[in-house]
Amino acid sequence: MRNCNLVIVGGGSAGMAAGCKAYELGERDILILEKNNYLGGILNQCIHNGFGIHEFKSELTGPEFMTRFSDKVKQYNIEYKLNSTVINISEDKIITYSNEQEGIVDIQAKAIIFTTGCYERNAGAIQIPGDRPSGILTAGQAQLYLNNYGYLVGKKVFILGSGDIGLIMARRMTLEGAKVIGVAEINPYSAGLNRNIQQCLLDLNIPLYLSHTVKQIIGKSHVEKIVLAKVDEKFNFIPGTEIEFECDTLLLSIGLIPYTALLSKTGMTFSKTKGANINQAMETDIPGIFSAGNALHVHDVVDYVVAEAKEAAVGAIKYLNGQLNNSNNKIDIIPSFGINYVIPQKLYIDEVDDIVTFKFRVNKPYKDINILFIFNGEIIKKIYKTAIIPSEMEMINISKSLFKNNNGQLVIKIEEKK
Amino acid sequence: MKQLTCIVCPRGCQLNIDDNNVVTGNFCPRGKNYAISEITNPTRIVTSTMKVLNSNEVRVPVKTSKPIKKDLMFEIMDKINSKLVYAPIKIGDILIENVDGDNTDIIATKNIDVK
Repeated sequence: MRNCNLVIVGGGSAGMAAGCKAYELGERDILILEKNNYLGGILNQCIHNGFGIHEFKSELTGPEFMTRFSDKVKQYNIEYKLNSTVINISEDKIITYSNEQEGIVDIQAKAIIFTTGCYERNAGAIQIPGDRPSGILTAGQAQLYLNNYGYLVGKKVFILGSGDIGLIMARRMTLEGAKVIGVAEINPYSAGLNRNIQQCLLDLNIPLYLSHTVKQIIGKSHVEKIVLAKVDEKFNFIPGTEIEFECDTLLLSIGLIPYTALLSKTGMTFSKTKGANINQAMETDIPGIFSAGNALHVHDVVDYVVAEAKEAAVGAIKYLNGQLNNSNNKIDIIPSFGINYVIPQKLYIDEVDDIVTFKFRVNKPYKDINILFIFNGEIIKKIYKTAIIPSEMEMINISKSLFKNNNGQLVIKIEEKK
Repeated sequence: MKQLTCIVCPRGCQLNIDDNNVVTGNFCPRGKNYAISEITNPTRIVTSTMKVLNSNEVRVPVKTSKPIKKDLMFEIMDKINSKLVYAPIKIGDILIENVDGDNTDIIATKNIDVK
């Protein structure tokens, strides 16, 4: 069996960034495994601009952003295998992959960085009553068909869910001549970034129906109509609020879920995001297996994916050099009132150089609040925010010196002002 | 009177701007600047794809080389869709010159190899 110091599973933005960072830190025995026939992952179909503001200090499109990294992977001569699907990852870090040339191959890794990205929730996840005709697709599928193959999947489109891909597709399909009738969001606030509400919906006069969802799909062989209805705060339909729309396509933009099925046999634990539970070095429960990017938690900006993947590479190199010795002294990170999830889930503070970065999302929009970091009952940091929304990930740095102890509990919560 | 959602920060203030460019509803001065520029000369980068021949790939993603006037978006889409291009193509290659009469080009945003 082949041995390899560092195997990276997934050659998208996170995998390429992790590989390049590991190379820059001196590692030369790196292998990136990618199931597709190119490096770059989902950025290949994200032809819109707005990528790279942090990483490259310029506004790039998805393909431009991915090319900057794939050029670097090639320049560094990092080994990568395309059309190679990983089919198993074991607790002792044996990776099984398959491709046409080699068949099924086992490889023993010393360290693994898991960067497989995420997948879209689909129609099966929300059980819309009514018919099951063709013409119901996820926004990402429609994006792939249009941007990579030149097929416009419909002419009269309704979009369910206000996730960013749905908003981007509302604009994209409108520019290509489709009529986008509206976007419905079951929550009373948008799931997408405000700038996308502005430039994708308001710019093009596409209505956004908040607190609405699709009550029924009508259509014999293809979508003919949808029935939209208003919902109350418990998401129950409000009778009498139904509106019928004729359309030929229903796009779904109802959430993204980290793709972690391949990790399920390792015995590691997972968080509310469906990504692995990790520590401050991006290391999962299994020593030597790291995770980053959308496979860990869904990001709204690829620049943050890349930054996180680099952290995972730093962690993996420390592990390979025997510098990651998680002791019994551990701080558990507990998301409390108002906080949907926090990364990392556990913290070995002795391993931290000087600061710890906490990433989290709130469970709904808040205004004029404090975010409290409470360590073993004592508030060690309090941050005021004029506004905070679920669609934007928060990042807060805390100095190591504020932790007077190397074990216990850190509770993160929102304090609403009276 | 026009209503806008401010896109400067997550707060997302609902701005009102009247015919004399007086802005209300903004929490901070940045909202005022945003509203005025958005009212006086709104511009956008347009991204799309063009049909490509002579490659295993069938579309090449493109963008305007600089922001164009918002009103011209559909006109520029028509020009993008009325032309085919041939591989090989490199990022930054000009595929349509001066698309808006204001020296904006349509440029490739992906390398496309020959079949």
